[in-house]
Amino acid sequence: MNTNSNTYTVIYTTILVVIVAAILAFASSALKSRQQANMDLAKMKTIMLAANMGQTPEGNADKKADFMQLYNDHITATCVIDASGNVIEGVDAFKDVDLKTQFNNLKKGLPVQLPVYECTMDDGRKVNIVAMYGAGLWGAIWGYMAVEDDNQTVAGAIFDHASETPGLGAKIAEAPFYTQFRGKKLTDNGEFGSVKVIKGGANGADNGVDAISGATMTSKAVSESLAMWFNAYKAYFTNRTSAPEQPCCDEAECAENTESNE
Amino acid sequence: MNKEIYTKPFFLGNPITVLVLGICSSLAVTVQLKGALVMALSVTIVTACSSLILSLLRNTIPTRVRIIVQLVVVAMFVILIDQVLKAFAYDTSKMLSVYIGLIITNCIIMGRIEAFALGNKPWPSFVDGACNGLGYGMILIIVAFFRELLGSGTLFGFQIIPASWYLENGGWYMNNGLMILPPMALILLGCVVWIQRSIQKELQEK
Repeated sequence: MNTNSNTYTVIYTTILVVIVAAILAFASSALKSRQQANMDLAKMKTIMLAANMGQTPEGNADKKADFMQLYNDHITATCVIDASGNVIEGVDAFKDVDLKTQFNNLKKGLPVQLPVYECTMDDGRKVNIVAMYGAGLWGAIWGYMAVEDDNQTVAGAIFDHASETPGLGAKIAEAPFYTQFRGKKLTDNGEFGSVKVIKGGANGADNGVDAISGATMTSKAVSESLAMWFNAYKAYFTNRTSAPEQPCCDEAECAENTESNE
Repeated sequence: MNKEIYTKPFFLGNPITVLVLGICSSLAVTVQLKGALVMALSVTIVTACSSLILSLLRNTIPTRVRIIVQLVVVAMFVILIDQVLKAFAYDTSKMLSVYIGLIITNCIIMGRIEAFALGNKPWPSFVDGACNGLGYGMILIIVAFFRELLGSGTLFGFQIIPASWYLENGGWYMNNGLMILPPMALILLGCVVWIQRSIQKELQEK
């Protein structure tokens, strides 16, 4: 058979591509649920670490902790809010909100969907965990920050990155950097504002943490992204300060509350 | 079967130190031993399996679209590995990030297919692919061993250098920060080539 004829080449490549596509489609659908479960677990882990749960005393992730269990036990409510602090109904904070999309909307000034996770700590305190996403030096950076019930004290924070420089910018994902945020105040000249990452050292400022030496750009990116997201969350937290009873709730619980009120 | 198929990829024909192929990934994934090991295994599976499949197909492939056919087969194995890692070793897959996908561009694979698999029977091709993948992996692991030990003081994530030696605990030792950056991988790789050439004199140019 002439393996160099046009007909042969076209038929050969078509069959090959169809077989390969079938194998890949099969593998993709067979592994999809496991991959999704892994991604969900990684997200639960970051959220719980932001609330200082499942951590070793140094603030590193505890390898033995069951983050899915922790998440299910402690996250008592979730909601999605807009930039005016109003709850957006029908959107699931965990499943439906893509931080990257929201980051782009924030940049362009479009309407945003901001996730809030309410976490009940072991001692009964309730903290609100909010998200952050931004552009680092080489790629995306993202993180979560837990805010105490007084709406201005940071309970904990966690950051991660796609491709910051190892040993320099990558240190934002390490305990010595993110544990600095604990106990810092979300204030800016007496108003609500974000915690700043200060080059040259925070020198004990209650709304600032030390930047990473040698990683000026990444530190700046964390600071700016936090400022951008807390500016968007500002309405939510100021509303809560003026009306502390307003609960953060997901749809199911809202429905329950209305029923019990009747 | 010629015994050289087994031994050549490790020493006289090592893909990294002699043929200087696959340098990019050997700089990128050698910060930690775990990453290097998974990468080495992934490349070995891809080279071995794609060499086997393409050797089986070698008499049917139209010459004009030969490279594209090779690419399709290699890409299929790489995507499969990527998917499996994402499902069963999520943390490792996150650590290796794009470098698993970039196995497609690893010159060792296409090089072995073009140079060997298309002209040889399936079994020798499989062995050739596997040995070249392992030869690549061997260098990766040597480099990663030194980078992780001297850069982070750990091996496979376990602390090897006693914590009391460190400066912050009142000792005298500090991790070498340069080790975890790519330039040091290149320097280490240079040292490996140097050592190999001073032992195997037949590699030295006259």
